[in-house]
Amino acid sequence: MNPPVILSARLVVDRPAFRLDIDLQAGAGEVVALLGPNGAGKTTALRALAGLIALSDGQITLDGRLLHTLPPENRPIGVVFQDYLLFPHLSALDNVAFGPRCQGASKAEARRAAAELLARVGLAERASAKPRQLSGGQAQRVALARALAVRPRLLLLDEPLAALDAHTRLETRSRLRRHLADFDGATILVTHDPLEAMVLADRLVVIENGAVVQQGSPAEIARRPRTDYVARLVGLNLYRGAAEGTRVKVGELLMHTAEPIDGPAFVAFSPAAVALYRSRPDGSPRNLWQGAIEGVERHGDNVRVHLRGPLPVVADVTPAAVAELDLSPGRQVWASVKAAETHAYPA
Amino acid sequence: MSGRLPRPLVVPAVLGLVFLVLPLAGLLIRAPWSTLPARLAEPQVLQALRLSLVTATVATAICLLLGVPLAWLLARTAFPGRRLLRALVTVPLVLPPVVGGVALLLVLGRRGLVGSWLDQTFGVTLPFTTAGVVIAEAFVAMPFLVISVEGALRGADRRFEEAAATLGASRWTVFRRVTLPLITPGVLAGAVLCWARALGEFGATITFAGNFPGTTQTMPLAVYLALETEPEAAVVLSLVLLAVSVIILASLRERWVGGA
Repeated sequence: MNPPVILSARLVVDRPAFRLDIDLQAGAGEVVALLGPNGAGKTTALRALAGLIALSDGQITLDGRLLHTLPPENRPIGVVFQDYLLFPHLSALDNVAFGPRCQGASKAEARRAAAELLARVGLAERASAKPRQLSGGQAQRVALARALAVRPRLLLLDEPLAALDAHTRLETRSRLRRHLADFDGATILVTHDPLEAMVLADRLVVIENGAVVQQGSPAEIARRPRTDYVARLVGLNLYRGAAEGTRVKVGELLMHTAEPIDGPAFVAFSPAAVALYRSRPDGSPRNLWQGAIEGVERHGDNVRVHLRGPLPVVADVTPAAVAELDLSPGRQVWASVKAAETHAYPA
Repeated sequence: MSGRLPRPLVVPAVLGLVFLVLPLAGLLIRAPWSTLPARLAEPQVLQALRLSLVTATVATAICLLLGVPLAWLLARTAFPGRRLLRALVTVPLVLPPVVGGVALLLVLGRRGLVGSWLDQTFGVTLPFTTAGVVIAEAFVAMPFLVISVEGALRGADRRFEEAAATLGASRWTVFRRVTLPLITPGVLAGAVLCWARALGEFGATITFAGNFPGTTQTMPLAVYLALETEPEAAVVLSLVLLAVSVIILASLRERWVGGA
């Protein structure tokens, strides 16, 4: 399924000691998540798309029209800001009616459209409430309704769930997912939460230090991370090396993999695939190395062990194994991974 | 903070309080309470009071009309000389009001730079008229409004304005429907200060507008004049001004200013 591309942008923003330079495309009905650590330039990219900061270079086209030459009020966009920025002096209804009013609708028309949208987000009965009387989840839905009320072709969401507590976030996320599925324009979602990105987006664009480091479907990115940041996000051990057949040289170590590959390659495997031993195991599995325990922490039902050494690795082991192995920090242990559990792909 | 209060702070603080409150108490103690109602009903008193309230209110309206946009200009735009302009705007705050009156006369007087043109073209003369009182009061009081509104604008969260822009609002709509409602407490506080300053205006008024009962003799002028001929009347007039100021400030403070 490849929807026609309606948003096509090259965003360049120069700041002292920072440069954002990314290419970005989005199709009709497609949700693209900009994922990255704090300070990567995600919000800068979003503000550039909205016209709230000027491009130093590049261009934005939406539906074949140049966007970057227009001021924000003339762009067919809807923005949901991180803390929603609902106008505190207006009711929920008038917040949503604000956009249609600015587009020239009469007061009655604008309110009718706003009431319809509020009903769609399930807040018909909160229409007369002021923003301070709304819960976080309700405010988020009003903000979404307000952004959709201008019938945008490009919907921009800045960390839409970050301000919510864990419980509300879950429910709001599934609601947001439904509304995004109904939206026929392009959606750009900025987030630092990989789960949020994977649940809400059709495609992820990972940004680090103002540049795109990886993009693709959530499944693709979860399987084949290309930077340490992405690997950490999706919870994999990731190494870069030189491959020759089913052997990849990572630093001083030779790793054996299932898939044959040649040239610069990544090797990735799950922490759960790592086995730990107090002494050198018999039968010598092919991927075996020694490391010192750096830290031990709880991870779900298991225990996550960080090893340092020639091949720093994260391993998930059961609590029973921890007791048996006496995994105290500083202790030297052996780690092994079966070739079949690794995944190698070109770098 | 609890414990023993430091004497070097408490003693001057109490002295300062006494210094501020004692004169007002003196006014209340020496007031001719028995003849008060009769004196208040005197036509000259009512006339001066009405003139004062009307001119101060009109002057405040003018200050709002011109001062809010001026504050916006100072707070939201960047242009060369903005800091100098800001300094100029606040000059009337520190200028002796009499000097302000003289300056107004030089510009708006019948032979003044603008005044002679007004006189010849429209037959309008401002000095020594009620309009002159309003101008003198507005000149002296406007900086209070501008500074208060500018502060409110600088304190307002600009991201609300950005949100409005992304919803298609022009800059004028943003100002009217988002910025102005957000800074309302600051505007009201500024208007109250401005009104109070206009109500008490003396130096610029007497210099530029003179002291004619019925047209330019406001309460402060009446108080000063009465002090020479009829000290008791001066006390009564002062009491009225005191009461008006306290009532207005107290009621506005609770309703609007306190919430800011």
